[in-house]
Formats: sequence, structure tokens, C-alpha cells
Amino acid sequence: MTREEQGRPLVGRSVPRREDRRLVSGRGRFVDDIALPGMLHAQFVRSTVAHGEIVSVDLSAVRRVPGVVAAFTADDLAIGDITAQLGRPRSQFVPTAMPVLARDKVRYVGEPLAIVVGLDAYAAEDGLEAAHVEYAPLPPVLGEETALADDAVLVHDEAARNTLVDVSLFATDGIDDIFDAAHRVVEVDVTTGRQNALPLETRGAVAHWDDREEQLLLQTCTQVPHQVRTVASRCLRLDERAVRVVVPDMGGGFGQKCVVGREEIAAAAAALRLGRPVKWIEDRKDALSASFLAREQHYRARAAFDADGRILALDADVVCDMGAYSCYPFTAGIEPLMASAEMPGVYKVPAYRVRGRAITTNKAPTAPYRGVSRPQYVMVVERLFERAARELGLDSVEIRRRNVITDFPYTGVNNITYDPGSYLESLNLCEQVVRDEGWYDTRTAAAVEGRHIGIGYACFSERTGYGSSAFAQRKMQVVPGFDISEVRMDTSGAVTVTTGTMSHGQSHETTMAQIVADALGLDIARVRLHQGDTDRVTYGWGTFASRSITVGGSAVRLAAERLGDKLRAIAAALWDTEPEEVELAEGQVRRRGGDGARDVLTHQEIADVAYLRADLLPKDIEPGLTATATFDVFNDGTFSNATHGVVVELHQDTGQVEILRYVCVEDCGVAIHPQVVEGQCRGGIAQGIAGALYEEVTYDAVGEPSATSFMDYKVPTAHEIPEVSIHHLETPCAFTATGAKGAGEGGTIGAPAAVLNAVNDALRPTGTELDHTPITPQTVHRALNPEPVP
Amino acid sequence: MTDDTLMTPREPQLIALNVNGEQHEVITEARRTLVDVLRHELRLTGTHVGCEHGICGACTVLVDDRPVRACLMFAAQAEGARIRTVESLADGNLLSDLQRAFSEHHALQCGFCTPGFLMLAEGFLAERPEATKEEIREVVAANMCRCTGYQTIVEAIDACATARRRACARACDSKEN
Ligand code: FES
Ligand code: FES
Repeated sequence: MTREEQGRPLVGRSVPRREDRRLVSGRGRFVDDIALPGMLHAQFVRSTVAHGEIVSVDLSAVRRVPGVVAAFTADDLAIGDITAQLGRPRSQFVPTAMPVLARDKVRYVGEPLAIVVGLDAYAAEDGLEAAHVEYAPLPPVLGEETALADDAVLVHDEAARNTLVDVSLFATDGIDDIFDAAHRVVEVDVTTGRQNALPLETRGAVAHWDDREEQLLLQTCTQVPHQVRTVASRCLRLDERAVRVVVPDMGGGFGQKCVVGREEIAAAAAALRLGRPVKWIEDRKDALSASFLAREQHYRARAAFDADGRILALDADVVCDMGAYSCYPFTAGIEPLMASAEMPGVYKVPAYRVRGRAITTNKAPTAPYRGVSRPQYVMVVERLFERAARELGLDSVEIRRRNVITDFPYTGVNNITYDPGSYLESLNLCEQVVRDEGWYDTRTAAAVEGRHIGIGYACFSERTGYGSSAFAQRKMQVVPGFDISEVRMDTSGAVTVTTGTMSHGQSHETTMAQIVADALGLDIARVRLHQGDTDRVTYGWGTFASRSITVGGSAVRLAAERLGDKLRAIAAALWDTEPEEVELAEGQVRRRGGDGARDVLTHQEIADVAYLRADLLPKDIEPGLTATATFDVFNDGTFSNATHGVVVELHQDTGQVEILRYVCVEDCGVAIHPQVVEGQCRGGIAQGIAGALYEEVTYDAVGEPSATSFMDYKVPTAHEIPEVSIHHLETPCAFTATGAKGAGEGGTIGAPAAVLNAVNDALRPTGTELDHTPITPQTVHRALNPEPVP
Repeated sequence: MTDDTLMTPREPQLIALNVNGEQHEVITEARRTLVDVLRHELRLTGTHVGCEHGICGACTVLVDDRPVRACLMFAAQAEGARIRTVESLADGNLLSDLQRAFSEHHALQCGFCTPGFLMLAEGFLAERPEATKEEIREVVAANMCRCTGYQTIVEAIDACATARRRACARACDSKEN
């Protein structure tokens, strides 16, 4: 810390990350790093067919393989099912059970059928090869058309036409008349490919029964430890206090780890049965093909415009392919409900109608991946504006300018109230940067030379502070939202803070500590965060939907302030003054205006009194130094916003899309740690570009997934991901205790739309417009090199 | 063994590995990969496994000073070679300049890919201390990171290389004077 930084608040500064020392030294502890005495290793027998009745599962040869200790089917273990629920009428939502191990039917290639436990992972894998499973195959349901057909084969018998969710959340009266009378109506038909969130660390767990604690200790790689505990206790029929979930360091999650996985529960069941620790580490092949996937959606949307380019109405039909099962706790509703509720986004849309459906198919199930539906609907809305601009002869930024929300708070046609943001400012600044750097001139000059350069934008907001009320509106039966935090000071004056959120790369150990250190006037080195341990943390909803700093950070801040109040009260009693006269700053407890040594105490001296000299405390102050606070967001949440600007060049011969420039103007309110915010933007943008240009899991006619290794699943490297320049705007949030809005997902939300718009801009002379991601070199090549007419 | 039609690949063998300057003897199966032996037999868990098929680079270690994918090599093949893992970079609690550069530039988020990138950079910079930022970007493209978007990794390695060159130039200058 430099001299002039001393005494300044830590919030707002890029202090060194607390987690780095162990992570750069190889001393992080990830789940596969855990080794326990007598530990066994599990692998799963997985379905090789996409859809079929299970006739028999014969594990007798498996059990004879050297090194195999045990093998269990669903019947052997008798574990309860995982069933995600929405509190909606049956016409809108059909609940379906996800058995921990498939029992009667298999519904996707890769579905776990049996667990094989060996002395090491090699032995367990040997065992898999000896499993004999007989199926009576059923025709696989692999696409929207087949799934929704009148005579469709059913993935779940209870879900007619394979529809799990069917909701029409909004339908403005008279909307058809608006379309009929409009100056111009534009339409798009947008589809997005199935993707894998792909944390670099695959999923995994280590489970064992701890005799002394009389507890199942489940160390698992999850974003939602408390929810895993709840499901484990129910499936295994244990009291919830008899399950402790502990999350070690996590190598990313991005949503794939914010739902409860069946394998971690099965590993726990096997550990209980065998009385020995069992480890399961998902291999990459399983992670690619059989883990939770995401993103496959189809939007048919149209928008009505007046002659000035003002949007009059938006009408959309959304179909999300959720794969074989509804994930816990979010259900298959997560994507269609998110899209339906939030599609109007940053624009003043006066009339709105939407239908959102989730369908079930014989593909690996989906989880909410970073951004959840917003990368898609932002793409849809931004495409509609681009198309309208083209047809009305308007500049594509100008048409957005005429439509973005500028008066706050603004209540939209979707009944959501948007808190203040910088929608117009971000748009203007982003365009300015691209223009000042000369990209418009470059585009013009390139066109003359026959090169294809295009510029694209995406302007969007990202709802982040989802509180319980926002989730309750979705009628989730398990309602995420609040978070609880406890701050505890020990006799040495050092502090431990707990949070129910769970960092998997977002630097909570640093950012939460910054918040606490500021509130208590402590050196950050004296603050330590506990997360991801259900025995240490009262309750929490984990980390997803960019909620950690907005909700979790607010709880941390409030708890720290409460503890600060107590410190002040004790000091005031000792000085025989008022608590208002006491300040906590620069590692000291000081009497305001005082200048002598007697006007200063250390935190340790106060803590000493609180614990070891309680006789000195006034009667109304309890001994000890702990404080707890809960935080929830009671309005519609808070909205980060951004505009992304992209310049691409399309290569005539290869169809390759090269990103020449990427500019991001973001506003996430108060940035606790600007470097971390930028890291979130860059990482998010990389995943967004991956979705726009590279990654897709497809299925062949029998339901085999195409991507089972990194040879087939194209994860972009430093070759493909450009430098990103980031500009910050700051509209502090009034609804959170920190002024922060979430920053986790924006990059992923904006990139696909901006890239797609840029590609379409470059394709303009060809007359082709693309509405599917990923944009493959083949499609670009075809657009640039049309077959000569014979 | 009850079923003698099953060929056992489980015959143990004794191998000697030189890791981070220490000599280790391990009894292990011939089929075990170097990364598994480092992680699970020697308990050097800093080296990670991301794919086991040679693409992600999370398992990168130095074998005779060159970056190598430890998932693509059997431990037995590394006998007689000098192996270096991420655990060798720091001097006790003192982080190396490369490790510090990663932290300063926020070149890691979850940190799972980090040991692989550190060893890749360590090996590369030793061979090409003059590397330009463009060359560094080329090399960084050998490994995968899912969190950072790569830019800060490139910047960290470039900053470390630049600082090393400066320090070297200063040392040379003072020698000449
Ligand atoms: S684990 Fe070796 S390259 Fe991925
Ligand atoms: S920092 Fe998470 S994979 Fe690179």
C-alpha cells in the first residue's frame, strides 16, 4: 500500500487478491486434491442409447474385475429422486422426477445407470467395461419439431407433447391491431446452439461418513452448498444436520455447478453403504457429453415500428430445449421464464406479448449457464433493431438511441421497474470510441478493396440483484434470494466473516474482506472469509445470477456495520462517552477529536474486554463480538448495463470471422474491485464469443452427442479471443448496501449479439443475414461465395 | 483373480522420478500417467487435470526444462528426466517474479488453469527470453483458460519477461562498468 492510499477506503481499489498466493503456488485445494485414508473411487455406467426402457443391468462381471470393490444399481442403493418444482398449474408446468440413477428408462446418452467403485479411478474404469446393460430402445426425441408433434413419442409420460413449461406471461390488449397498423413490421427467427458452460475443473465430490460428528461429509464442487445439503439429506433420508457440505477451491462453475448433480448424491450413497470414503471426479468426456448443458433456444419474434424507428410492439414465441430433465432447484422454467419476463430489456417497448415454452428431449439436461436466456433474447431484440434500421434507412445506433430507456426509475410493459442506469450514455460512448479509433473509415476503405469489415453493437441490461420476491414471482417452490452473513471478532481483534455465496473464481475472499475491513477500520489482512461450508455458514443461496456482491456483499456489509456498532458501544463505555464519538479507522478505535494516546484503542483491546474482561462491560452489552445480518432485495432488483462494440473481418477464402476490435462500456454501479470487474467482463466476453463463433454440442440422428473431446468441441484459446478495452461508467445502486450491481454475466450476454450484428454488417453487400449461433466458417463462406448461377 | 480371461494391467513396477530436484521411488502400475503419479502418489497436487487428452494444458510440467503435457506421458517414461512442477517456482514462501506477475495482472480467477500456464511460461521464457508480446500470445494459445479471456495472462507473462530483460540489462551494464 502506498502512503497516499493509507486510510482511504479499500472498496473501489484493486487490492492484491487474497486467494492468489495459494493458487499460484499449487497449494489451492480442489476437490480432486482431497485424499482420505481408505478412499475409493467411483465411475458411472452410463447409457449408450438416447432413449430406451432398461431391460436389465448386469453388474456381476463388473464386480469380478480386479480392483473393483463394489457396483450398485438404483435398486441396490434405493436413493430418493430429485424433483424440481414450480408452483404453477399443470397446464403451465409438469414436474418430472430425475432419479439419481436411472431405473426404468434412460433418456440421454450418458445418463448414469450404475455406480462402480474401485480401489482407484483406473480400476473403476476397468469395471465400467464389464457392465452389461440391455435396453429396449425407443425412438429418440431430438428436436423441437419431433418433440412438439401431436403424436410425439414422450420423454416423460406425464409431459404431453414433451412440454414441461408453457407460459404466456404477457399479452398487451390490442397488440394485433398495433401490428396491423404499424408503419413497418420486422421479423427474426433466431436459434442458438447447445453449449457447455465448461468449467476447466470438471465436477466432482468426495463423500464419507464421519463417525465422531455423526455426519455425512460431502466435499463437493458446487456453487450452491446449502441446496446440495438439502437434496442429499432428502434423497438419503438423513436429517439435514447429519449432512455437512464443504466446498473446496473451485475451478469455475458458470452455472453448470449451480444445480444439484445426481453423481454427487450417488457417490454419497455409495460411501454410506460401503463405510468408506468415495471420490468421484468427472472425466472430460463425461463433462462434455453427459454433464449439464445449456443455451439451445429458438425465438420467433417480430416487432412493429413507426416511421421514425420507434418500437411500438414486440411479440415473441420462445422454445427452450431443456434436454431430458428439469434441474434442481431452478426447474426447466428458468430459461423460458427469464426470457419472457425480461425480453424488452433496455428499450421502451409499449406493447408486449410472449409465449415461453420448455420442452424435454433425449439430450443431456441443461443448467442455467452464465447469462441465462439473456444472451439469446438480447440477440433477438438487437437483431430486430438492426433489421428495422436497415428497412427504415436509419443508422443502427441512432435507432437504438431513439428507443432506450432514459427516465428512471422506469416501469416496463413487463411490470419490472428498472433502477437508474446509463443505457444511452454507454451506447454513445461505445460508438464514440469505435468512431474515434477510425473503424468506420476502415470499414469504408475496406469495402472499396473488396474486404468485408463489419461493425456491430449490443446494448443491454443485466438484472442482478434478484431477491426472494423476484424469484417468487417465477413461482419457484424453492425460492432463492436472501443471504445471511456473520462477522466474528476473536480476542486478538482479527475477524472471520461468513457468506452464503460461493466463489468459483470471482475473488470473494478479497472483495468481501474489502467490505468488512472498511466497515471496521481494519487492515484487510486481519479479515478472513469462510464460504462453502454448511456447518459454518447459517444458510445461503450460493453464487449465481451475479448475486454475490449485490446480495451476499450487502449482508456482509450490514453484519460488519453491526459489529462496528458494538465495538463503538464498548469503546464509548470505556471512555464514558457516546458511541457516535467513536470512529473505526486505519486499524484503530479512536475517540473523535481526541489526540492523546488515551483516545486510541486497538481492536484487540476492545475484543479483550468483550471476551476476557466482561466484568468491565456495561449491563446492556452482552459479552462476545459477533454480529449477523440478512439481506434481501425487495423490489425488482438492480440492473447493470453495458454496450459492446465489435469490429470483425470476414475472410473470403476460409469463411473465418476475425475480431479486429472489441470495446466494452460497462456500468455495474460501484465497483468494489475494478480489476476483478474487468476480469469478469473479459472472461464473460470470451465465453460469449465462444457461443457466437465456436462452441456447439450437436446430436446425430440416434442421439449421440457430437462433442466428447476437445477435438470436437472448439473452446477458443488466446488465438481466437481478442484484447478487450473496457470503459467504466458508474451509476451507484440505491437498492444494495454497497452501491454495487452484479458484474458476472454481462460479458457473456453482450458478446453474441454484438458479434452477430457485426458479421451481418459485414455481410450486408451479399444480402445474406445470419440468425443462428454459432456462426460457422461454412455459413460465412457460403454467404461470401454463392454458387454461380448455372 | 477369479476370471483369468481378464488381462491384468495392474502389475506394479518400481520407478524412480526426479521431481523438483528430489529423487522419488514409486511403486506404480505401468499404465499410470505422469500427472496421476505426481498428483496422487507424490501428492504434488499443484499440477491439475483438465482433459486427460492433451488439449487443455492444465497438466503442463517441465520435463528436462521443456513444457510437456503430463497427461500424455506415462510416469515410467519420465524416468531419468528432470521434472519440474508448479511447486518448484516459489522459494519457500517467496513467490517467483512470474507468480507475482500473474497475481499483479489478475491473470487468474479460479486459478485452476494457472499452474499449467505458469509452467508453460516458465519453460518458454527460459528458452526465449527475448519473446515479443505476439510470440507470448502464440504460446499462451497452447493452453485453455475458461475464466480470464487470456489477455491478462499474456500481459502477466509479457511484464515478467520485460522486467527480466531490464534486470539483465542492468546487471550487464554494471558488469561492464
Ligand atoms: S489434462 Fe493434460 S492437456 Fe488437459
Ligand atoms: S482462471 Fe479459471 S480456468 Fe483459468
